[in-house]
Amino acid sequence: MAEHGVAQIWRKIPSMYNVIGNHCTTCDTFYFPPRPVCPKCRRKGHLEDHKFKGLGIVHTFSIVRQAPDDFKTQAPYVVAQVQLDEGPRLTTQIVNCEVTDVYIGMRVRVCFRKITEFGHAGLILYGFKFEPTMKVTGHPDR
Amino acid sequence: MVGIVGYGVYIPRYRIKTTDIADVWGENGEAVAQGLGVFEKSLPGPDEDVATIATEAARNAVKFGKVDAKHIGAVYVGSESHPYAVKPTGTIVASAIGCSTELTCADLEFACKAGTAGIQTCMGLVQSKMVKIGLAIGADTAQGRPGDALEYSAAAGGAAYLIGEENPVATIERTVSVTSDTPDFWRREGEDFPSHGARFTGEPAYFRHVEDCAKLLFRTTGTSVDDFDYFVFHMPNGKFPVAVGKQLDVPAEKLEDSLVVRQIGNTYSGSAMIGLARVLDVSKPGDRIFVISYGSGAGSDGFTIRVEDEILGHRGEVPTVDDYIQRKVYVSYAIYAKYKHTINM
Ligand SMILES: [Zn+2]
Repeated sequence: MAEHGVAQIWRKIPSMYNVIGNHCTTCDTFYFPPRPVCPKCRRKGHLEDHKFKGLGIVHTFSIVRQAPDDFKTQAPYVVAQVQLDEGPRLTTQIVNCEVTDVYIGMRVRVCFRKITEFGHAGLILYGFKFEPTMKVTGHPDR
Repeated sequence: MVGIVGYGVYIPRYRIKTTDIADVWGENGEAVAQGLGVFEKSLPGPDEDVATIATEAARNAVKFGKVDAKHIGAVYVGSESHPYAVKPTGTIVASAIGCSTELTCADLEFACKAGTAGIQTCMGLVQSKMVKIGLAIGADTAQGRPGDALEYSAAAGGAAYLIGEENPVATIERTVSVTSDTPDFWRREGEDFPSHGARFTGEPAYFRHVEDCAKLLFRTTGTSVDDFDYFVFHMPNGKFPVAVGKQLDVPAEKLEDSLVVRQIGNTYSGSAMIGLARVLDVSKPGDRIFVISYGSGAGSDGFTIRVEDEILGHRGEVPTVDDYIQRKVYVSYAIYAKYKHTINM
């Protein structure tokens, strides 16, 4: 069975699996999603692809209790704006914690999850979400 | 010498207690838990599967090994719960961890030992100089039919091993295998749950293959139990590895550290590999580890491993097995059923 939209999904895979934006080396600003030109420097800007470390804090969030059909098994869940350590903010789901434990300023890190699946026979879409940073035995910060 | 240049694990955060499963089926939970040696098991969240578990474990392995993912020339994912029947899990993992497209990749299946078969395959490719680094992963989100004995132990988790020759954190001195046609456990295409030969799974299947493989490994390496500091056996439950240890005269304290099955259940392709990771987490340079995996159908892979000084410079960067075991939240049987899709929505 032929499925529509597969090409669009395939093109998005690199930017869904990892947090990839860009960095203007002229003014040292990071962008997510990537910008075609640096809005600050315009023609003087020089943009390079940048893979973010995937660490940040919850800037603001909302708890979704009335979920669309595809997300019903996950409800209630948290959608947050995460501020990356490098500066930019992005909208993402926060997983691996109770919805009532999420707070503004919570330290989070990127993780890899299933985003949705197109029916029982269709494609499965994977991508990044964020989760609370966890204990790492022997790590000086934690 | 060929060895492990990095390793990492992933265990989902959700747990269900054996007693909570037993309550649903009117069984004595305490007796079931003691009998099986499994007190709680891990289960995947609603947005987790073998591709996500394998990717998380592989990202940890790459970070632990301080390896450039572009140097990985082979990716093998062993599982019996690959998300697609056709479309390799390894392609998703390789893309997500930032491998180059110049690599060979395939999914493997051999019940609970497909991951260790991947390690052997990578050893061959590395030693023959076909690839610089190979990535072997064992991961599962194991399913037991509701009410079946397997429901108490079938769990979710995975481990990833980077195999290479440059500065290994542990060298693999030797590997051997035994394989026979033994129908102790199987699942036909299109079936949601496996079938098994009940009592037949013990004596002629698990015990025969693990013991034969262990004896073969002792014989080919000219070693005995006394030469090793740690033992790791596949853990279908908490009882079998302990029983096989007794039959081989392995002191209990040399086996104890690997028995992750008590807290997380049988992670199938992840089982022996997570047990080995637990031992690598706590071992000292110079320690020797004896590992035997087991896969129904049936076969065993054996490895003798020596921990190198190199390991000391790699710890503290990624979560240990214990860090994952301790990160947990208990769910009820109802939530467990919802996450496992045994309730059809
Ligand atoms: Zn700029």
